[in-house]
Amino acid sequence: MDMRPDPLVMMTTQAPTHATLSAPTKVAAKNVNVFYGAKQALTNVSVEIPEKSVTAFIGPSGCGKSTFLRCINRMNDTVDSCRVEGLIQIDGKDIYDPALDPVQLRARVGMVFQKPNPFPKSVYDNVAYGPRIHGLSRSKAELDQIVEQSLRKASLWEEVKDRLSDSGTGLSGGQQQRLCIARTIAINPEIILMDEPCSALDPIATARIEELMEELRKNFTMIIVTHSMQQAARVSQRTAFFHLGILVETGSTSDIFTNPVDKRTQDYITGRFG
Amino acid sequence: MSEHIVKSYEQELTGLDDKISQMGGLAEQLVGEAFDSLASHNPARARATVASDATIDLLHRELEEQVILMIARRQPLANDLRQVISVLKVAGELERVGDLAKNVAKRAQAISGETHPKGLLTGLQHMTDLASRQLKDVLDAYVARNPERAMQVWRQDENLDAVYNSVFRELLTYMMEDPRNIGLCTHLLFVAKNLERIGDHTTNIAETVTYMTRGSLPEGERPKGDLTSSTLMSVPHR
Repeated sequence: MDMRPDPLVMMTTQAPTHATLSAPTKVAAKNVNVFYGAKQALTNVSVEIPEKSVTAFIGPSGCGKSTFLRCINRMNDTVDSCRVEGLIQIDGKDIYDPALDPVQLRARVGMVFQKPNPFPKSVYDNVAYGPRIHGLSRSKAELDQIVEQSLRKASLWEEVKDRLSDSGTGLSGGQQQRLCIARTIAINPEIILMDEPCSALDPIATARIEELMEELRKNFTMIIVTHSMQQAARVSQRTAFFHLGILVETGSTSDIFTNPVDKRTQDYITGRFG
Repeated sequence: MSEHIVKSYEQELTGLDDKISQMGGLAEQLVGEAFDSLASHNPARARATVASDATIDLLHRELEEQVILMIARRQPLANDLRQVISVLKVAGELERVGDLAKNVAKRAQAISGETHPKGLLTGLQHMTDLASRQLKDVLDAYVARNPERAMQVWRQDENLDAVYNSVFRELLTYMMEDPRNIGLCTHLLFVAKNLERIGDHTTNIAETVTYMTRGSLPEGERPKGDLTSSTLMSVPHR
């Protein structure tokens, strides 16, 4: 009888790490610590986020996922008591370099918020605002083109093309959120951060945004914070689980949701957290 | 394992395991009874065994419905997802074990009037014992969430295959010795094949237990010892 290798032994020799990154790294964080005054919100977060894919940050409220998201475009700079330590790089360049202009950084790293926040201006002006202040167009015709393209990319064009001069705040919640996405992509960012972009939307509007994310990841690196486990499972390729200010586990979304390594991840995603 | 925040979810998951235990217990019982009805030439007992397979089928259907409903309502993830998928698979395997035992009992009815040559059932008795033991062990491994124990079952199926090979040759020999044995021995060959298949189903359950507990299937080939499909015994020329 031939003696075959013991499958149990073979399995335990494999390191419990998840699939390696296939795409090049767009955002890299090394030992990031964030403090609000004396309170530490994030502890030693190190993560690599691949380009042109969707990475989901999940975790209970107050776990630090939004704080970390806001470090990536230096939104935390606007909070006086906030202090960020460690290294965050985009394309290998330190984004906290004192020589770097945060306004320019935020043009490269767009952000979409939980509550749709269109400007109280027309649909057209909402989208044209960014390109205008960044001087991205030389003529009215060029600006028109940017507005149309951005609205098309945000899957909103067909619904608003006949009412571009109506107020953006008059659109439905889902349309407003897509308008905000159009406004974000109008300045052609490299990274789009989304902080619970669907939590105020109904399932149909949510599905539209998710469909849009699937489309946008061909051209943008996307990072989404979500409380919906199913949404993270549906839209992302990689998932990072935060808990109590610590990045507990990062891995391919399929591994995280079928076979997480860390017990805390498992307890959270299965609804067992105390 | 800490409990779910939603208690009814926890209860549903526990309920699935209870039903698997119930199905498993019935399947074990059926395998034993099927052989006993054969060995004791008892067609009434064989009929009762055939009838009780319906209970296993019913449990299988109930489990399927419960799992579908849970996927729709709870969207289980991680170990919960692996559990409900495993329940679905194990229930399917146990349903097949029930069918195979039922088939043994049907054959017991068909040959209840025949007299068996002495010692002919020794090998089949041994196979039944091994298959029942494998089934019991793998169900214990399922309940205890013990992949090592499951893998032991996975490896030990080879022993059942080995006995099957010898029963196969033994029955062929009887048939060659006296063509009047052919009818009886053909039925017994199928009985042996059914018992061998029951062993295979226990290894499938063992693989599922490994998946459920570790998140991955066992690697490598399972040791197999069924050589009957390439065995030929020719009648010596006279």
